[in-house]
Amino acid sequence: MTEPIYRADVLVCGGTGCVSSGSLKVMEVLRAELERVGLSQEVRVVETGCRGFCAQGPIMVIYPDGIFYCQVKPEDVPVIVEETLLKGRIVQRLVYSEPESHTNVPLYENIPFYEKQQRVTLRNCGIIDPERIEEYIARGGYEALAKALTTMTPEQVIEEVKASGLRGRGGAGFLTGLKWEFTAKAPGDVKYVVCNADEGDPGAFMDRSILEGDPHSVIEGMIICGYAVGAHEGYIYCRAEYPLAIKRLKLAIQQAEEYGLLGENILGTDFSFRLKIKEGAGAFVCGEETALIASIEGRRGEPRPRPPFPAVQGLWGKPTNNNNVKSYANIAQIIANGAEWFAKIGTPRSPGTAIFALTGKVRHTGLVEVPMGITLREIIFDVGGGILNNKRFKAVQTGGPLGGCLPESGLDLKVDFDSLRQAGAVMGSGGMIVVDEDTCMVEFSKYFLTFATAESCGKCVPCRVGGRRMLELLTKITNGEGTLEDIAKIEEIATGMENGSLCALGQLTPGPIRSALRYFREEFEAHVTEHRCPAKQCTALIQYVIDPNKCTGCGRCRRACPVQVIAGDRRMIHVINQAGCIKCGTCYEVCPFDAVVKVSGETIPVPEAPIPVGTFKPVETQA
Amino acid sequence: MPKITSVEELRKLREKVQEEMATRTETGTTIIVGMGTCGIAAGARETMRAILEELKARNIEAHVTTVGCIGMCAREPLVDIEQAGKPRITYGNITAAMVPRLIEEHLIKGNVVTEWVVGRLPTDQETH
Repeated sequence: MTEPIYRADVLVCGGTGCVSSGSLKVMEVLRAELERVGLSQEVRVVETGCRGFCAQGPIMVIYPDGIFYCQVKPEDVPVIVEETLLKGRIVQRLVYSEPESHTNVPLYENIPFYEKQQRVTLRNCGIIDPERIEEYIARGGYEALAKALTTMTPEQVIEEVKASGLRGRGGAGFLTGLKWEFTAKAPGDVKYVVCNADEGDPGAFMDRSILEGDPHSVIEGMIICGYAVGAHEGYIYCRAEYPLAIKRLKLAIQQAEEYGLLGENILGTDFSFRLKIKEGAGAFVCGEETALIASIEGRRGEPRPRPPFPAVQGLWGKPTNNNNVKSYANIAQIIANGAEWFAKIGTPRSPGTAIFALTGKVRHTGLVEVPMGITLREIIFDVGGGILNNKRFKAVQTGGPLGGCLPESGLDLKVDFDSLRQAGAVMGSGGMIVVDEDTCMVEFSKYFLTFATAESCGKCVPCRVGGRRMLELLTKITNGEGTLEDIAKIEEIATGMENGSLCALGQLTPGPIRSALRYFREEFEAHVTEHRCPAKQCTALIQYVIDPNKCTGCGRCRRACPVQVIAGDRRMIHVINQAGCIKCGTCYEVCPFDAVVKVSGETIPVPEAPIPVGTFKPVETQA
Repeated sequence: MPKITSVEELRKLREKVQEEMATRTETGTTIIVGMGTCGIAAGARETMRAILEELKARNIEAHVTTVGCIGMCAREPLVDIEQAGKPRITYGNITAAMVPRLIEEHLIKGNVVTEWVVGRLPTDQETH
């Protein structure tokens, strides 16, 4: 057996997205195949974290060339080994193909999805093996910790973080350095550092990707924070639904301890810091800091009124610094490269980058990291590749279920904490859902409200009762039974919730409806005054009818109808009996001639009973 | 693993692992071995192995990649050396035994081994 000398690294994504599309199997087959052809001593297989291009997974990048393969299946592996790894040829069919021009883009660095991105927080994700601390160290990891511990005082560390202008990435955008200073200055010997990894927004997965792909960046940030604020113990509060993140965090903590980078006398200094993981049960409200602290203490995850803020009275009543995963993940680079370097990225008031989980009706869904100040248009159309199926853009929801939506006129907004808030949306933790013309904004806001209402902890009345009442009123509107007074009442309840709720969950629950009413009020009004759903989505307000001029009498719809309410025969114009129709849409989908149409608030003339094709004359319109 | 008790030890570990991960970073030097069927038949696999060993022994940072047949099958194994800012030189009939001298002359001393050269590509031009 010869000693391995690797000339190529094959990086296979082992993030949750790619694992679910089969990357583990690909890796297994790849290792076996390399062994079989005798390349196992020359080519190394590395399991990495997420690269963000989850829609194209499983993703594989082959270095040194940087060849990017997507949607790799186990059966593709022998070809990759034979062609690329042995003979150095690119397998064109596995290369990413630009959907617009159908040109193949074989190299990672040239793919449009990545071109406008700037990877700062995610710089190691997808590049290193997250289960090997050595690879993190090779990328400059723990250098910032060494710098802080050996050349800086805690005050200097805080000054540096303040000077960088880093704002809390959990969504509220509070100055991280200032928060640290509050905790540092709070009286008390025992202090704690807490990392909020309770990422609960549906569809958001940036925190998970960092924990899975680069866990040491969070750990290093937390140790530096502990040194700065005078804490010797830290907790990472991570939801139990993130098993891979927890597994890699545990491994990372163990490796850091073995190297003496965590634990007693870190790097030979007299600073000691321990880290523990607390697994949460997945209640959305536990992302609120006081509820999160209550949950760590073993109590029910319910928020309490602030002040006192956790910086003064937090975990076990002691001063506690609580930051989001992304905030900690930025710290090491700020210390290593200096505050000035960080402040240059992004905008003056929101320095750094923003990470969005881009989902919905865009071509390229996935995790994107962009400098603050980029426009929504650039994110959605350049990085995201535009709207699927050439539909029209309608709105984008930022900030998850407690965020808000922006219409087409907001596309040129430069994204940062303040601009989004002014426009009625929020940065939040970074969910970004794009919807097209086929989405009903009433239904859309109802979806978020349903989530927020279900996740209300029930402690305070405005949130518990207000959310439910609002949901009832919205349901009434989507059922076509709403009135203009109902819309007014929704706004009244929203004001009450915003002013009277205990925590951000209740205060922000009305956010999506507020912004939808601000930008799409006519759509709400169409539902109540005209009983019409402009997007033709609200089942109660639509009808499926067969266009008599298009129907060829093929009978497909009649055979497919699950409730058998379509009348017709061969070469006869088919007719749907509206009384029995359950509006499942099956006929609409199966019709090969697009003769089945959805209508809302309008009528198209149809015969009362089937008549031969070509004989239909609309009588009503004559009059 | 031993505990890291000083900043120097951390840096030492970093440098060691950086070498291992060199394939993922830019090195400025790429050695390309013709690995078509003709190349493999002429012993390109052994040549490549010798190159990898030589680079490791001399602690040289360079990428080693493969290409398919370029049509000059009689001169296989073909080895190209590409260095930033210098013309790309193609050497022919490079057997494993010739590798140490090639590396020593070209990469360390900076001399092109003219008697083995079969071609030369100007700096700012790509081969396709």
